[in-house]
Amino acid sequence: MPTLKINGISVEVERGASVLDAARFLGIHIPTLCHDDGLTPYGACRLCVVEVSNSNGNGRTKMLSACTLPAEDGLVVQTHSAKVEKARRLLLEMYVATCPQSKTIQDLASKYGMRQERLAPKFDNCIQCGLCVRMCEEQMMAGAIGFAGRGAKRRVSRPFDITSPLCRQCGACLYVCPVCELRCHGSSAESTLCNGCLNFSTVCFQSYDDAMCFLDPCHACEVGGPFRSDVPVKLSTVKSAQQEK
Amino acid sequence: MPKLESIPDLEQLREVCLQSRDVNRPCLTVCAGSGCTASGAHDVIAGLKQNLEKLGLAQTIDVKSTGCHGFCEKGPVMIVWPDGIFYNRVTPRDAAAIVASATNGRKPVEKLLYQDPQTGERVLHENDVPFYARQQRVLFGNNGRIDPRQIEDYLRVGGYKALARVLGGIPGETIVEEIKKSGLRGRGGAGFPTGVKWEALRANPATPKFIICNADEGDPGAFMDRSLLEGNPHSIIEGMIIGACALGASTGFVYVRAEYPLAVEHLRVALRQAEEIGLLGENILGTGFKFRIKVVQGAGAFVCGEETALIASIEGRVGEPRPRPPFPVQSGLWGKPTIINNVKTWASVPHIINRGADWYAGIGTERSKGTMVFSLVGKINNTGLVEVPMGITLREMIYTIGGGIPKGRQLKAVQIGGPSGGCIPSSLIDLPIDYEELTKAGSMMGSGGMVVMDESTCMVDVARYFMEFLEEESCGKCFPCREGTQRLREILDRICAGKGKEEDLALLDDLGWVMKETSLCGLGQTAANPVLTTLRYFKDEYLAHIREHRCPAKVCKELIVYSIEPAVCDGCHACVQVCATEAILGEKKKVHEIDEGKCIKCGACLEVCQPKAVLVS
Repeated sequence: MPTLKINGISVEVERGASVLDAARFLGIHIPTLCHDDGLTPYGACRLCVVEVSNSNGNGRTKMLSACTLPAEDGLVVQTHSAKVEKARRLLLEMYVATCPQSKTIQDLASKYGMRQERLAPKFDNCIQCGLCVRMCEEQMMAGAIGFAGRGAKRRVSRPFDITSPLCRQCGACLYVCPVCELRCHGSSAESTLCNGCLNFSTVCFQSYDDAMCFLDPCHACEVGGPFRSDVPVKLSTVKSAQQEK
Repeated sequence: MPKLESIPDLEQLREVCLQSRDVNRPCLTVCAGSGCTASGAHDVIAGLKQNLEKLGLAQTIDVKSTGCHGFCEKGPVMIVWPDGIFYNRVTPRDAAAIVASATNGRKPVEKLLYQDPQTGERVLHENDVPFYARQQRVLFGNNGRIDPRQIEDYLRVGGYKALARVLGGIPGETIVEEIKKSGLRGRGGAGFPTGVKWEALRANPATPKFIICNADEGDPGAFMDRSLLEGNPHSIIEGMIIGACALGASTGFVYVRAEYPLAVEHLRVALRQAEEIGLLGENILGTGFKFRIKVVQGAGAFVCGEETALIASIEGRVGEPRPRPPFPVQSGLWGKPTIINNVKTWASVPHIINRGADWYAGIGTERSKGTMVFSLVGKINNTGLVEVPMGITLREMIYTIGGGIPKGRQLKAVQIGGPSGGCIPSSLIDLPIDYEELTKAGSMMGSGGMVVMDESTCMVDVARYFMEFLEEESCGKCFPCREGTQRLREILDRICAGKGKEEDLALLDDLGWVMKETSLCGLGQTAANPVLTTLRYFKDEYLAHIREHRCPAKVCKELIVYSIEPAVCDGCHACVQVCATEAILGEKKKVHEIDEGKCIKCGACLEVCQPKAVLVS
């Protein structure tokens, strides 16, 4: 069985396991948007990138997606190095600007301590993580949806844009979607970044004195409606957002 | 032709081919590569044939079409044998003079000889032309000497000799060792050592094994692979058969884009001929070795040049890359071990086998061996294909081979490595061209595109243009590449329109960095290069756009205004006639004026104005 080193800890995993599996086994949380345990790894969201070097290597490291990287003997992995964290923050900055209404994304942004959003919001309904496509094909055995187009024009689509007879309207695609399933109401045209849950520290159902619950993700946004962050609104973002319009 | 049953049969056939042609027999060879065809090579060939027939010489003087010579700027080019006289810019009207000179006393046609622009002297032979003098044409040397549709021609120049040697009893590991020793690196761009790749495939016990030739050349302005496929397809086939022999593969694929119809045609002809005489198929040359090559046509997606996307495309799936590892040598086409090499890599193999690894390793620099083919295009006098030893400096490339910049302008930058390569500034003109040095300078070898830019080029606009291309060609699978190219293009659009902010530069840098580090495939990892390098070397131009709302090269349309200098304008009316939007007012013989509201800044008036009264500010 391959033995690898993650954040300095040696771990032995079963053959065929990924680095993401190995890290989770150790209790290390690596953020993902396109990964689901029941589906084929896809490697598209890139949030799970980790810094990898070989134990007999020359010290050079590579950034690879943990979900698709087979756990092999002698790998040395850093899951939360400064470089990895910087990359994840920048990716999240792009994610939040694309889909500010997704609570899954906003939660991750809060978790990574994002304090600025320099890109104009797009309010897209899709990050093309491919979870729905793989869910439909691999778990529901339908294959009623797929990707069409290339680059900026790529989108999740039905064949010929007509609902396929293969679709049983089971809703599994909706269930796994990280964008449309949980909505964040905290972002507005003024500030794409919500950070509501991060700064929300008063009312919690399970708080005892100072102890807080650790619901992950925290559903406070859903319960309480829009909570504004205490982060000062950046005027430049507002202006550029208005100019874009 | 009869099927060859053994290795001596091949040598015998070569003898027959050599003896069937008298080396002193006059022959007019015309380049029929894509460049020369576009400038009318086929009309020239028809003209020559017509003239020969008129004089009743069709049986004594041959006319032959060959592959690309590389000097596309001066096309159509041709050579008159046996003297080897090189003519350029030939037109059908010159046919009579050429035929006449070839028959009577063989005195060359003076006006068709290449004229050195500096000295004004006429040059008689191809190798004495400065464009060729500094080149070392290992791969392209035979292009001008053979008809790509005739396997006999390839045999005459020593073709399939390396294959005969390999089949004659060189064991696979020796071949791999030889390739490793030669220092040959992947010519598709990344520069991975070919021998190491081959060794990894040999070490994989799984069968069957596949080999693929990557001819999905998609860079704007690059046509090296195309020219080799069109001009000398047998050299690639020979390389692939040797590779198959060394690696134990029985099927090979050539993935070539459908936009290269001539390349596909010549490749198919060559494959058929090789199969007919038994160099492909079952029991090759009686040795029991079997190998077939199939042609797969790509539909033109740039990303399909990436090896995992290429594999997906051959398998019939959408051409999108998948993360590596596992690498194709571990699990490639249909999950089987697969080797993918570029056209030029395969074509280098026979030369290494024939002349030895030490000879090949003797060319180039310490870590980059052999020769590299570049397509030299842009603001340069001698546009064309050049093959040079690695380590040649940019200065030699541009001023000696390329003949300098037209109109006496100054060199500003060179974009090397295709759309996702980087722009190298003129201050680094003495940079030796090899894999390491280019990477250090922020660019890359790529497949060998080389776009020369002069002072009239706006670097922000260049970065924006390449981003537009990459935004279109990104497959869209991974987020940083799909979203990053869009965002970078948006920001550059804004800067080009004079609406940029200084914070945008830090944002460009950050987005570029994250694309480079986290993208799934080579396309995304290098897509930010044009932005990052222009930002690194031409920051002042970005700042001029942002702070002063000024485009120093006067390219960005939103930042320039066209006007007419009243003191210079002679009222000739030429500008009024070319203006598509009727933006120029004024009567004949009187001073004209430009209506800024109607002007679309196309620059047509600037070009026609004789007294240079049109100003751009």
